[in-house]
Amino acid sequence: MNVSTLTTVFAQGPVEAPAIDFAAVAPILIVFGGACLGVLVEAFFPRHTRWTWQVVLALLSIGTAGLAFGLYLREFTNPTTTLADRLAVDRPALFLWGTLIALALAAVLLIADRTIEPGGSFVAQAAVRAGSVQDHALNIAPGGTGPAGMRTEIFPLTLFALGGMMVFTAANDLLTMFIALEVLSLPLYLMCGLARRRRLLSQEAAVKYFLLGAFASAFFLYGLALLYGYAGSVKLTDIATATTAGDRSDTLLFVGLGLLVVGLMFKASVGPFHAWTPDVYQGAPTPVTAFMAACTKVAAFGAIVRVFHVAFQASSWEWRGVLWAIAIASMAIGAVLGLTQTDIKRMIAYSSIAHAGFLLVGALALTEEGRSATLFYLLAYGFTTLAVFGIISLVRDADGEATHLSQWAGLAKRSPVTAWVFTFLLLALAGIPLTSGFIGKFVVFTAAVQDGMAPLVVIALLMSAVAAFFYLRVVVLMFFSDPAPDGPTVTVPGVFTTVAITLGVLVTLLLGVYPAVALDWVGPGLAFAP
Amino acid sequence: MTSGIAAQGPYFLAASPLPAEGIAQHAWLLIALPAFGAAVLLLGGRRTNAWGHLLGCATVLAAFGYGLALFLSAGAFGEAARVRELSLFSWIPVNALQVDFGLRLDPLSLVFVLLVTGVGALIHIYSIGYMAHDPNRRKFFAYLNLFVAAMLLLVLGNSFVSLYFGWEGVGLASYLLIAFWHHRPAAATAAKKAFLMNRVGDVGLALAIFIMFAQLGTTQYTEVFARAGEFSSAQLVALTLLILLGAAGKSGQFPLQAWLPDAMEGPTPVSALIHAATMVTAGVYLIARANPIYNLTADGRLAVMAIGAITLLLGAIIGCAYDDFKKVLAYSTVSQIGYMILAVGLGPFGYALGIMHLLTHGFFKAGLFLGAGSVMHGMNDEGNIRRLGGLWRYMPITFATWGLAYLALIGFPGLSGFFSKDAIIEAAFGQAGWRGWVFGGAALLGAGITAFYMTRLMLMVFFGKERWRELRTEDGREYHPHESPLVMTVPMILLALGSVGAGFFFAQGHRLTGYLAPSLGGLQEAHGPLPALAITGLTITLVALGALVAWLVVGRRPVPVERPERVSLPVRAARADLYANAVNETLVARTGTWLARALVFLDNRGVDGLVNGIAALLGGSSSRLRRLQTGFVRSYALSMLGGSVLVIAALMVVRFA
Repeated sequence: MNVSTLTTVFAQGPVEAPAIDFAAVAPILIVFGGACLGVLVEAFFPRHTRWTWQVVLALLSIGTAGLAFGLYLREFTNPTTTLADRLAVDRPALFLWGTLIALALAAVLLIADRTIEPGGSFVAQAAVRAGSVQDHALNIAPGGTGPAGMRTEIFPLTLFALGGMMVFTAANDLLTMFIALEVLSLPLYLMCGLARRRRLLSQEAAVKYFLLGAFASAFFLYGLALLYGYAGSVKLTDIATATTAGDRSDTLLFVGLGLLVVGLMFKASVGPFHAWTPDVYQGAPTPVTAFMAACTKVAAFGAIVRVFHVAFQASSWEWRGVLWAIAIASMAIGAVLGLTQTDIKRMIAYSSIAHAGFLLVGALALTEEGRSATLFYLLAYGFTTLAVFGIISLVRDADGEATHLSQWAGLAKRSPVTAWVFTFLLLALAGIPLTSGFIGKFVVFTAAVQDGMAPLVVIALLMSAVAAFFYLRVVVLMFFSDPAPDGPTVTVPGVFTTVAITLGVLVTLLLGVYPAVALDWVGPGLAFAP
Repeated sequence: MTSGIAAQGPYFLAASPLPAEGIAQHAWLLIALPAFGAAVLLLGGRRTNAWGHLLGCATVLAAFGYGLALFLSAGAFGEAARVRELSLFSWIPVNALQVDFGLRLDPLSLVFVLLVTGVGALIHIYSIGYMAHDPNRRKFFAYLNLFVAAMLLLVLGNSFVSLYFGWEGVGLASYLLIAFWHHRPAAATAAKKAFLMNRVGDVGLALAIFIMFAQLGTTQYTEVFARAGEFSSAQLVALTLLILLGAAGKSGQFPLQAWLPDAMEGPTPVSALIHAATMVTAGVYLIARANPIYNLTADGRLAVMAIGAITLLLGAIIGCAYDDFKKVLAYSTVSQIGYMILAVGLGPFGYALGIMHLLTHGFFKAGLFLGAGSVMHGMNDEGNIRRLGGLWRYMPITFATWGLAYLALIGFPGLSGFFSKDAIIEAAFGQAGWRGWVFGGAALLGAGITAFYMTRLMLMVFFGKERWRELRTEDGREYHPHESPLVMTVPMILLALGSVGAGFFFAQGHRLTGYLAPSLGGLQEAHGPLPALAITGLTITLVALGALVAWLVVGRRPVPVERPERVSLPVRAARADLYANAVNETLVARTGTWLARALVFLDNRGVDGLVNGIAALLGGSSSRLRRLQTGFVRSYALSMLGGSVLVIAALMVVRFA
């Protein structure tokens, strides 16, 4: 459907409502509906009751969405499209929806926690100037009642972002994809700036993320425009048809593709478009970092896989080499720069850049195996990284989270359980067997070798060896160093955070020892919607 | 001669074994009982200290009782029905490798069951007294039980893989028990030495099993033996040599004998049970068990005979030079197992004779060791025979039992050793051509030397001047020799009875050799150049001569308490273990050290250099690159722009260049 036909439609009279498969899109509608209700809660409920309402509403929305998703999954047979071809409902999209819903549920639990940081990790009065006397007063006990409660806008913002992510992974044309991108990004920008502690750092991160995100969106949009010029349509399948015909301007195609890729890579924090990642991961409140690191990665790579596989498979000869270079750059930047990081959140940020490189290796394997391997990797990585940030939020001193690596020295002597769990998660990130990280790397690299990318896999293996160093350094630090005398303490988490971390650890273990549960789901027959 | 044997092959093989019935269906209990004891004692910890030793004895006694019942019930069957198999479960079901776990109940395994559990039970009981003051007595019994379980698995398994399992199990138990007093550096070193030298042999056995699997695709006895003809002659030689290597490692045969004397650092009951009576004879069992393979290759048997002959002389010669009670006995063990290996190397002429000597040796050598333990028990653990002397009047029971075992070992007519050793010497002389003279002569000479060193030991310990009267223990106390408690002497008496009567009982009417026929084939009579009576006469003469020389050397003259250092070359060589350790040191250890040093050098300079270089490179580039992360949004945006330009330019170049 191009512009001229659109004009014709308008000229002819009222627009006919497209057929909507409500059962399929119910999860998305529920999440967005919950978000809107959350806004109303903010407007109409007294302040002290809002946290309870919002938590219940958010968990209920995600839970109901999960239920609707599960019910639809049982009925699902053939890949199809709905909303006038705007959304694809196929197995990759459904797998990613399921992953996103589960990850978001755990992330909301982390966000809702009020035991680790009394009052919650989020700012009490965003309008109060950071670092001022009033700001300080909000964080200590005013009149012995404990710190002021957190702002609860974070919950509807999370739901909006989640809805955007779900649409992003299922978008069947570039315009829908762009709108979803904005829907998921804008709440994230805000969420990054809401930290209760170190507010200036948090606000700086939010501004940086917003500016660079807007810059990247511009790239995406320009690429979209050029591709529309090339194919005369924004639909992925139409672009694919146009590339096979080969009678149009390749300049438009490849410049458009390049710009589009830059926009997507930015969201997925693939190097060299990663520059925002360390600053934002460090500055954002840790629960938000967890949500961002897990869910944004899933959504962005879901879209990348869809774009590569559906729209540009036929022209892969020309562009795959360039993407190889991007994957290598990302792995190298993440692994090498991670070596000298002294802040644990920044270190995990560089780790996520390296993992983005590994994921890109899988996404470049334009086969069914490559597709399923990448999806499995996303599932595994999402849960591991969520639990990692959950643990990071527990290690605290008087100034909030103790994120400097030197403060983690000898942690195993103070709290062995935390140290062991964190070690397990780091081993998963490093890709050691019996963890999901190993299986993920294994399937991704296998698929890449089968698709003729053996040299890239060799580089990826070398880079994962380099990256293993900085994971293991933390392990050594925790177990074999003497604890600092005024070191941080590990807060005993409340139910919410405990559940979230346990979920992440269990999934990491389960996918490591019995990966068939997920591999079967992403197994053969993982076709995209026509 | 050899081809004839090969042609008769099937005659030696029992028909496919019958399934086990009746009480034999529960034969797994034999292994399970001591294994249960070991598990309880090891896992139960200190709570079982009070009654642990009793449980340890009870499990082995129960196993002995069961084994005896099994033996008696099996004796009722005819010859063909004496081989039975009990299939338990599929152990290793991996694609082409199918190992069924089962037990083979045949005459060969049953006599071993009786030996291991019978002698084992006696030594368990003896240990109650011997280890009474040791704080870790419970652990000792746990390890002994573990050993018995592993040894029974070794002899009862119905495939080479289950044999190997037991083989490694007894190796582990042996290691743990040699190092039982691991706070003594000598014990720890000896255990390590035993473990390492056994590994060399184990590799041989493992490779032999691999060859079987590669050629036949199975490791079950029944199938391997039935299809042994499918091996090529080169494979047969390789197999027999590799199995011999395994046997040499476990049984302390040349060139892997050096660990066995050192193993005497373990408690004396261990020396008696593991390093004299049972485990070290596993090599003999292995070769006898693999008789259908050895029957097919004369070269393989020749190698076995040669190793046996060399070892029996070597052990006997070194045994003459030592002053340590237990070490002399240890070299005597090496030498006597040499006889057994020589016997099984004779093929159908000697398999059963080797087993017979093994059984009689089990009695008298265990008796000798327990007697030695009893002497040391009463003499503040003094093992240097130059400091003993004249003990017969203080320890009459020990003296009497030890004396009977001694007579049995040197082959005094009518006692056990006479029947079994004499038969081997005769059979060795029966070999055709030069072999008969060489191997028969070696065996004959060995008998004479045996008489010498054993008489020397006897005289220096029990007779002569009471040298210990003027001496003090290391911590300055006087010696007060006394007889051991009943719990120690009763097993010694029982073993002495075996030393006296077992040989006659086995040999009378070819009772044992006939009984073993379903497993080992019928014993063939060899007819050598010398009549049997002449050989017997020669043997007795040489034995008497050896004893006489011993009396002339140490009986008639006073024995110096300090070891004389100005001695002849042969004595010096014997004292240095005939330079076996020196040879090991030079050939194996030193080259190994050099190799290790060279590799360490390569590792430090080459590998580490490379690794550290890469690490430095990565670390350096990391700290340089991280400066690019300035924190300014403008430079981030610039890097994105630069990246985008590069990407698009590259895409253009790829498309249009």
